Amino acid sequence: MIDTLTGLFNYWVAVILMMTGLYVVVAQNNLVKKLVGLGLFQASIFIFYISIGKVAGGAPPIIEPGVELYSNPLPHVLILTAIVVGVATTAVGLSLVVRISESYGSVEENDINQADRLAELETGDDQA
Amino acid sequence: MLLSLLLAVAIAALRLRDLFAVVMLFGIYSLLTALFFMDLDAVDVAFTEAAVGAGVSTILLLAALRLVGRYEKPHRHNPLLPLVVVCATGAALIYGLSDAPRFGDANAPAQTHVAPRYLSEGPAETGLPNVVTAVLASYRGFDTLGETVVVFTAGLAVLLLLGMSSPSPIPDFGSEDDQRMQRHAAKGLIPFILLYALYVQFHGDFGAGGGFQAGVIFAAGLVLYDLVLGHLHTRQVIQDGLLIRLGALGVLIYGCVGLYSLLSGQPYLDYSALAKDPVHGQHLGILLVELGVGLTVFSIITLIYYAFSARRVKA
Repeated sequence: MIDTLTGLFNYWVAVILMMTGLYVVVAQNNLVKKLVGLGLFQASIFIFYISIGKVAGGAPPIIEPGVELYSNPLPHVLILTAIVVGVATTAVGLSLVVRISESYGSVEENDINQADRLAELETGDDQA
Repeated sequence: MLLSLLLAVAIAALRLRDLFAVVMLFGIYSLLTALFFMDLDAVDVAFTEAAVGAGVSTILLLAALRLVGRYEKPHRHNPLLPLVVVCATGAALIYGLSDAPRFGDANAPAQTHVAPRYLSEGPAETGLPNVVTAVLASYRGFDTLGETVVVFTAGLAVLLLLGMSSPSPIPDFGSEDDQRMQRHAAKGLIPFILLYALYVQFHGDFGAGGGFQAGVIFAAGLVLYDLVLGHLHTRQVIQDGLLIRLGALGVLIYGCVGLYSLLSGQPYLDYSALAKDPVHGQHLGILLVELGVGLTVFSIITLIYYAFSARRVKA
């Protein structure tokens, strides 16, 4: 029982963090906050991967004479590049938000949807 | 312990309406994650997360907040449906994890496939003690090339969306005297940050570090310089046009190394072709490729920061 608890604790926390991020993305109204939620989600996956790569009693994967056991370098590589790509894509998201804010005057999802609906109604009237 | 702190920070970030505080909490979250990675032997990753999460992305978010406003509007919505979906998904994931290999298990499938080969043959084949760099730049060179191109493309997308307007006049944060301390402290720190980034770049094959980390640290140093001394100073040091070219040059270096090995009759990105001795060739190839990655990451991150900071607030 204790073994299960300590053996899976990291993964559980990763899942809870991931769900927190998902909740922010789905339920929050503010676009910047949604991006932060996406960041939480992303970071939880990083935590999951790095936890998988850990070997009990292992050393960081930089080979040294006299050290036999190392942690798995492969998840490190994948996550390392994912972090940098993540910040670049977040920047793209943020610049979209900035443009949305400039043309709608708001970054709240409700307001944007409402503005869209109004605009649709107006163009509909024109056609009719 | 660290993980519980992470949870607390995440939930606090969820509940706050002041987006400035949310962004700051997100920075703390990243820093905690970096500590956690350090604890799990992922030194290279911890490096990157500390520089990116706690440095660059926090500043980008703040720069965006300057443009879109600091406070979230209070709104009424029904949290029931999302909550049910989230709890159901979470429960399913936790159920699915119940027979996952236990944490730290040396015999887990993840540990027994290619990783032992990387660890046992990597240093002999590439001449590098840092296996993470060897895997990043050589064994998974295609992957890294793709990621460098993604970073470059993201930079282009931000430029297309925000444009490259001339920088707005330096915002007046207060009189000179208010900031004298910060200015002096930062001026002293910046050369060391930049020097450290170069060390991380060129020592990444022996110790922790590499192109991605170095690029981000170098960009963080420049961003600090910009924040403390004002836009116009930084743009005198490095102009946007130069940054775009540097970013493209980085991708070009990476691609051309691959092309060179292709032309010498080896598979694309097989660095053995670069020198007579395959191990020496691998080492040279990894250095060149990491240089390309470092250049692209540095210039694109700085460029993105320029684009955000130069954008004027529209009423």
